[in-house]
This record gives sequence, C-alpha cells and structure tokens, in this order.
Amino acid sequence: MSETKIKVGAAETSLPAMAKDVLMTAVIALVLAVPFIGLKSDSVGTALELYTRWPEMFAIIGAVLVGRVAFLLLRLRRDQPRAQSAQKRAGVKELAANWGGKHIVLIGVAGFACAALLPMMPFASRYTVDIATTFLIYVMLGWGLNIVVGLAGLLDLGYVAFYAVGAYSYALLSTELGWSFWVCLPLAGVFAAAFGVMLGFPVLRLRGDYLAIVTLGFGEIIRVVLTNWVDFTKGPNGISGVPRPSFFGYSFSRGGEQTFHDLLGIAYSSQHRVVFLYFLILILAGLTNWFTLRMRKLPTGRAWEALREDEIACRSLGINPTNVKLSAFALGAMFAGFAGSFFATRQGFVSPESFTFMESAIILAIVVLGGMGSQMGVVLAAFALVILPEWFRDFQQYRMFLFGAAMVLIMVLKPTGVMGRREPTIRLHKKKDAAEDAEAQPEIAQ
Amino acid sequence: MTAVPMTEPMGQSLLDVEHLTMRFGGLTAIDDLSFTARRKEITSIIGPNGAGKTTVFNCLTGFYKPTVGRLKLSHPEKGEHYLERMDGFRIAQVADVGRTFQNIRLFPKMTVLENLIVAQHNVLMRASAFAVAGLFGLARYRDAEKAAVEKACHWLEKVNLIERADWEAGNLPYGDQRRLEIARAMCIDPVLLCLDEPAAGLNPRESLELNTLLTAIRDEQGIGILLIEHDMSVVMGISDHIVVLDHGRKISDGDPNFVRNDPTVIKAYLGEEEEEGDHA
Amino acid sequence: MAYFIQQLINGLTLGAIYGLIAIGYTMVYGIIGMINFAHGEIYMIGAFISVITFLVLQSVGMGFVPLVLVVMLIASMLFTSVYGWTIERIAYRPLRRAPRLAALISAIGMSIALQNYVQLTQGARVKALAPIISGGMTLFEQNGFEVRLSYLQIFIIILTMALMAGFSYLIDRTPLGRQQRACEQDRTMAALVGVNVDRTISTTFVMGAALAAVAGMMVTLYYGVVDFFIGFLAGVKAFTAAVLGGIGSLPGAMLGGLLIGLIEAFWSAYFTIEYKDVATFSILVLVLIFRPTGLLGKPEIEKV
Repeated sequence: MSETKIKVGAAETSLPAMAKDVLMTAVIALVLAVPFIGLKSDSVGTALELYTRWPEMFAIIGAVLVGRVAFLLLRLRRDQPRAQSAQKRAGVKELAANWGGKHIVLIGVAGFACAALLPMMPFASRYTVDIATTFLIYVMLGWGLNIVVGLAGLLDLGYVAFYAVGAYSYALLSTELGWSFWVCLPLAGVFAAAFGVMLGFPVLRLRGDYLAIVTLGFGEIIRVVLTNWVDFTKGPNGISGVPRPSFFGYSFSRGGEQTFHDLLGIAYSSQHRVVFLYFLILILAGLTNWFTLRMRKLPTGRAWEALREDEIACRSLGINPTNVKLSAFALGAMFAGFAGSFFATRQGFVSPESFTFMESAIILAIVVLGGMGSQMGVVLAAFALVILPEWFRDFQQYRMFLFGAAMVLIMVLKPTGVMGRREPTIRLHKKKDAAEDAEAQPEIAQ
Repeated sequence: MTAVPMTEPMGQSLLDVEHLTMRFGGLTAIDDLSFTARRKEITSIIGPNGAGKTTVFNCLTGFYKPTVGRLKLSHPEKGEHYLERMDGFRIAQVADVGRTFQNIRLFPKMTVLENLIVAQHNVLMRASAFAVAGLFGLARYRDAEKAAVEKACHWLEKVNLIERADWEAGNLPYGDQRRLEIARAMCIDPVLLCLDEPAAGLNPRESLELNTLLTAIRDEQGIGILLIEHDMSVVMGISDHIVVLDHGRKISDGDPNFVRNDPTVIKAYLGEEEEEGDHA
Repeated sequence: MAYFIQQLINGLTLGAIYGLIAIGYTMVYGIIGMINFAHGEIYMIGAFISVITFLVLQSVGMGFVPLVLVVMLIASMLFTSVYGWTIERIAYRPLRRAPRLAALISAIGMSIALQNYVQLTQGARVKALAPIISGGMTLFEQNGFEVRLSYLQIFIIILTMALMAGFSYLIDRTPLGRQQRACEQDRTMAALVGVNVDRTISTTFVMGAALAAVAGMMVTLYYGVVDFFIGFLAGVKAFTAAVLGGIGSLPGAMLGGLLIGLIEAFWSAYFTIEYKDVATFSILVLVLIFRPTGLLGKPEIEKV
C-alpha cells in the first residue's frame, strides 16, 4: 500500500485512500507499541515480572494517528497549489542562498566578534561561558572532521580516537613528566596526526563504507586499550589532577607564586579561568577555521575536494590519491589532538568514558547535518546538537531519543544538510557577474 | 592518395605497444596487440563494441595491469618509460599521459575553472612548497597560481568555455562537459593524449568543432593523440593512422585510405555491422 | 585438547548468532549498498521481544518448553519484522536517491533513537531470565576436564542451520529471491522489467530483521541477560563478519560469523578476554587490507 502511495499522487488524496492509510498506520503503531509500551518487564528481586500500561499505550498511538492525519492533510494542501508556492519557495531559497553566499565573510566575522565579546556581556554567567566553551569544542571538532569527511569525502567513524590521543598525551605528559600545556598542545597535535597516518596508511585505499567500519573499529580499539592498559593509562578510573593551563606562567589559582590576578592587580575570581579557557578554545577553533579556509584555496585542499568528487579522474591527472587522503586524515586528526589536549586541561581529568562511539557519531552528525564541507553549517549544526539539548535539560531522559529522532528527521527533510551550497575557491569573473551566471545555470540535480 | 599498409615514420615514435595481452579470468579482452603511435599524429583505435578498445586505454593509463606485454613511451624530454610497470597516477605525473573517459569524469560540484586548476596539482604543489608557502600567502605561490589560471584560461578559450568558467562543471551541457574534459587533460601538459570516444553524444556541429580542436592540438602542441571513436566522420576526417581491433585482436593497421579499403575490415566491421557505423 | 574442543563448541555457537545478524547486513548492503547501522538495534529489539513474550507466556501459565520456544521464536520474528519494515519506511526510503552519507547518518540517528526508546520504555536495568533449556551432555573427559555440549547449544546450531537452508532456498530458487538479485544488480532495470523495487527492498529488511530477531532470542536464552545496549557491539561485530565473509554473499556472512565467533572464543580462552574485541577488529583490518572483497566475495573489476 505504501508503494502506491508514493507513485500515484492523485489517488491517495481521496477520502477512502486516506482512511486506509490511517488505518494501516494504526495497525502498525499497535504492533510496534504492544511489546514495548503496552508491556513492561521489571525486575522484582531476582525474577522478572510483567506490567501493563495499556492507557499510556493507547494515548501514544492516538498521538501518532493525529500526527499522521495532520501530515496527510498538510501534504494535501501542499500538493494542490503546487506550482505557485513551489516557485515562491524556490525564490525565497535562492534569495537566502545568494544573500548568505555574498555575505558569508561578513556573517563569519560578526559571529566571531560576538563570540569574542560574549564573556563581557551582562548575561554571561559562569554557566553560559561554560556551555559556550563546550559548544566551541564541538565546533572545533566539527571543523577538524570537516576536512576529512566534508572536503576529502573520507567517512571517518572513529574520529574520537584522535581526540582521545590528544587528551591522553597531554594528561600523561603533564602528570608524568610535568610538561606545561603550551609544550604539550603542539605535541598532542603531532601525536594525533601520527596516529592518523599510522591508521590511514594501510586503510585509506579502502572503499568508503569499509573505511567507515575500519575507522569505527580503530576508535573502539583505542578505547579498549585505554580502559585495559592500566599501568599506562590508569584504566577505567582515568587520570585525575591534570594541570590546568596558565597564562604564560601565571596560574589561575587563588594563592601561589605567580598568579594571574596578581599580574593584573585585580581581585581573585574563579571566573577568570573559565573565561580564559573560553578564549583559548575560541582561538584554537578560530585557527582551525582559518586553516581550513586557507587550505581550500591551495592545491592540497582542491585535491581533497577533487578526490571526493572522483578519485579515478584524480589519478588520471597525476594526483597521488594516497598522499592526498593521508594529508586530510592527518590534518583532521591533528585538530582533534589539539581539541583533546584542551579538553584534558579544561576538565582536569580524562577517562575512557569520554571517548565513546557516541562522541564520534555526534561530531559526524554535526558535519553532515551542517552540510558537508560548509564551515558555517558546522556552527549551525553544533548549535542544534549541543546548545539546544542544554535548554531541554528538564527532559533529560528523552534527550538522546529526541537527538536520534532529530538526526533522522533532518536528514529526511534535507539530505544535503542545512548549508549544502558550495562556495567556489576561485573565480575568474567578478562575483556580481557570477551571481547572474548562477541564475543562468540550470539547477540539475545529479 | 595511395593506400599504404604501414606508413613511413612521419613523426617520431611516441608509444610502442608490444604484444599487449589482457585477460580477465578466462576472458581474453586483448590478444597480442602491437602498434605504434607517433608524435604529431592522431592515431585512432576503432572496432565494434566489445573489441577491447577501452581496455587498451585502461592498460595504458595504469587502471589495469596488462597480463603480458610492453608499453614503451618515449618521452621527448624525459626519456623512456615503461607504462606497464607504473602506478596509474605516476603515468600522468611522470610520463605525461593524459586521458579522458567514455563516461565523462569531471569534478561535478567544482567549477569549470577549478577543474582545470586541479589538473595542475603537481606544479602547484611544488610551488606552494607542499602548502607551506601557500598557507602564508608567499609571492612564490601567488605567481604560480596566476600562471595556472592563465593556462586554464588559454584552454578555456580554445574550447570556447571561458564565459562559463565559474559554472559548476556538473551543470554544463553535455557537449561542453566533453570539451572541458579534454581541456582538463591538456592542462597536465601531456605528450600523449588518450581520448575515449570524445564525440559520443555530440551533434554534427559539435563533432565538427571537435575535429578542429583535435587537429589544432596536434599541430600546435606537437603531441600524439590516441583516439577511440565510433563516429566515422571524426575518425576518417582527422586520423593519420588507424588501428582496427576485433575481439581483442588487431585486424588492420594503416592510414585511413588503407583501412577503409581493407577487405578484412569491411568484412569484420563495416560489412557485418552496418547499423553500428550508421548509428554512431 | 579437551579445552580446545570445548572452545570450538562455544565459538561455533557464538558464531552462529553473529552469522544470523550478519546476514541482515549483507542482504541490505547487497541490495541498497548501505550499512544499516540500526541493524544491531533490531537484534536488541528481537531479544527484548523474546523476553517479553516469555513473560507473557509465563503469566498465562504456559510451561511446556517446546511450545514456549516456538511461540517466542514466532513472536520475536513477527514483531521485529514490523520494526524492520517501519525503520526502512521512515528513515531509509526517503533517502534512496540522497547522498550515501545522508542515509548513513539517518541510520546512526535511528540507532540512537531506538536504543533510547528501549531504555525509556523498558528501563536501563539488565533483564535477567532464568534458563529455559538447561542441561546437556558430556562428550568426553580428559585429565579431569569435561567437554560439555549443552542442549541449548545444540538447539542454537540446529536452528541456525535450518534457517540458513531455508534462506538459501528462498534466495536461490524463488521469484522473491530472483527479484532481490535483480534489484541488487540494477535497480532501474529491475523496475523496468516489472520488479516492484520498493516492495523487494522492504522484504529484504523484513527478512534481515526476522533473522536478527532469532539471533536476539538465542542470545537471551544463551546468556540469560539482555539490556538496551547489546545492539551496538553485536552489530559492529556482525558487520565485521559480513565484511570478512565478503559483503553481499549469504554463505559468506555465515562463514564470517562463525570465524568471528571462533576467534573470540579462542582469544578469550588462550589470551586476554579484555582484548577480544581488539582481536576481532584487527582481523577485520587485516582482511580488508589483504583481501578487500572478503573470503567469499567476488572480486570487483574497477569500471573506468
């Protein structure tokens, strides 16, 4: 029945067809709901017992049916005045895309300025700055992964492994050898990149999906090793007492030799460190963004994108695919390494718990939902996936369910991501002409 | 014009294919094929569908490793290369062999200009000192990029696409895509250009333009062109030398006049598959 | 030697379960070329439904073991199939023409949503079930070490073999299997010659889900514990099995599953149990590097 629904547009708008559709939905919802919502197993002592929740189940099924009817009616309305409204919608979309395209630099700079001013705002509580810091970590990770997935088109499901390598290398170097954050930060990047090359060298010749599963496996291997190599990593308990960063040797503690508040001659405030960390990640993320935007206009970056488009054509032009992929993999890993060591110094604690597959999935979702290769898209998607759930803290237990459902929904509605439009890296003609050109270009979906 | 079986060497020999054999499992796609392509000549490989023409290209450009045979490329500046021993990308990078594909392979989401800049990857990589000089915007890289754009524009003008330089390659009409692919292959400065059915899907006017373009490339650049084509107006119009394949074996080899009148060809190719010739 | 044989038995049992899940991956990958990331969750749902069915039977006082097993099997296959069908309908069908990554993200989202759906509705605590089939036989004894083959292991292995035989027949001999193979090779062409592509793909999901449900039920019986998180690791391992055997190949999936099961059993027995997952993934990487088409997969000639 569902097959005909898709193909035959007119038939389904009739009342009987819609009734049939709703009835089918009801039957399926019932079958789905009975074992999980209607019935619930619960342990009583050592035994399992069965409970029923029929009223709740029928309420939920009712809600689903109302949703289905609303969906059908909406589609009915949308289908009828199709030509006109579709044209209008396309027009608005085109306008928004053009405006966004022309002013992308302006928006970026304004966004960065707002971000820089955030801690000075009156509403910026410690909590706000903290959340903003978390948000920026994900933005940075998203930008880093964007090099690998968005630009080079290599599907990496184990990106969090490089994040872990960065975090652990700082945690270990600082607690074992007493090295400072500023020495360890670049080292963490180098280690992560080295891991990227080590993994990448054997596996980068694999087809897309195989690469995905191998990187996923690699991420899990790193986590298992971190959990079980107790002598080296302190195992599942993690490493605590990771030193906090200093401002060129001036610490953010209340007392001690050289402190930040003494340097400036102001009163001690615990807010200082939070704000300092915020600026640190802002700079690191900014650096990642600058680097990526710059690389896009260089031969390496263009080769990444070309490789994503057609590897065989790349080979026919004398481009060594292995080197190009390795460079993307290593550089993407490097930024994860930087972010990792920032994470370690911010938390003061690292454990394998923080580096599960879920993290990789969230970062990948940020890249794909944002629109592959789009820097601005990463920011928007990170906002949707990191900040919005914060606001719904009251719905804590539904959060991850809604998160997953939202991922499906956004992909179904907008498979190319929120910001799917690609900005050329070089133009021959002036941008104004190009805009007219773009209008002349037929929109061929290929 | 008199028909001659094997022409006296007009240009220098550029590519010597010797005893090339390619088997896929039990299937022999190419069987002991030998021929020579020369500089400043257009050499066409023709034959019915499934004769093994594209397989020859794939062996030449490193996508397949030949089962048997030697593919010697005599580069006018860099000496001899044995293509059967080289990785695919090195054949383009070191031996300077460019190619196009039967099913066009552009970078569809990138612009026309970007497609041509990507083709100059290796030159630009050296100039950007592997991205370091480029990252900090040194003059050395800026100049190299300017030169790359100039070369791209040169070819865009040649193929009449300069107006559409900022279009997404995937949005170009079919004929434009074919020409862009040729321009892109030319941007690697090849000594041998392999074209896999460049006239497929073109209208008569476009085919005619293609003829002009290819003869211009041959005469001005002094390179060798290897051509797979079904369109007889293109093949007969511009080829200096034609190799005819059937079921992986060479059945004829000579100038257009010779091939046209060769009874084996007429029997195996033109005679038996008349519609084939008309259709293409 | 006795210890070795015991591990062989344990490994084959585990491998049969992985193999059944792997078939779902391999069929879906074969027909629409995507990793059905939510397939591990389907298996988890199958396990939960078998627990619930068991409890329902218990509450109506049914105690005849063979009948209980048959009802559990049928119920979990039926209900799980509907889940499989619905997932395809909601999360994958709208993305059939979309970029591959979009479908993968949708699948990952589906997997997260399902995991949390089960956690929300059934609670996060581990469900422990008393053994339904107990007992077994001692095959032989050596130096005081008994090699035991439990009735449950026999049940699992025989059921797996029966299902494999049935499915091979379905794919090789019936019109349904023919349509599936047609869609695998060329979906457009299949549609042109009158194959209902949407329905064929739906059927593939339903079949994969039914087999995963059987695997879920077997795990419930075998280990006696189920929680909402079991799908992830089992899913990844089953996918590894599918790749190891050669993705798209039904016997390959089974072979890959058995190998993964054996590797795990032997690694745990002779080396360290903590690193058994590392062993599995390392083998996956090695296979992909040296034989990317898997053990039984057909070599792919690059089309240029």
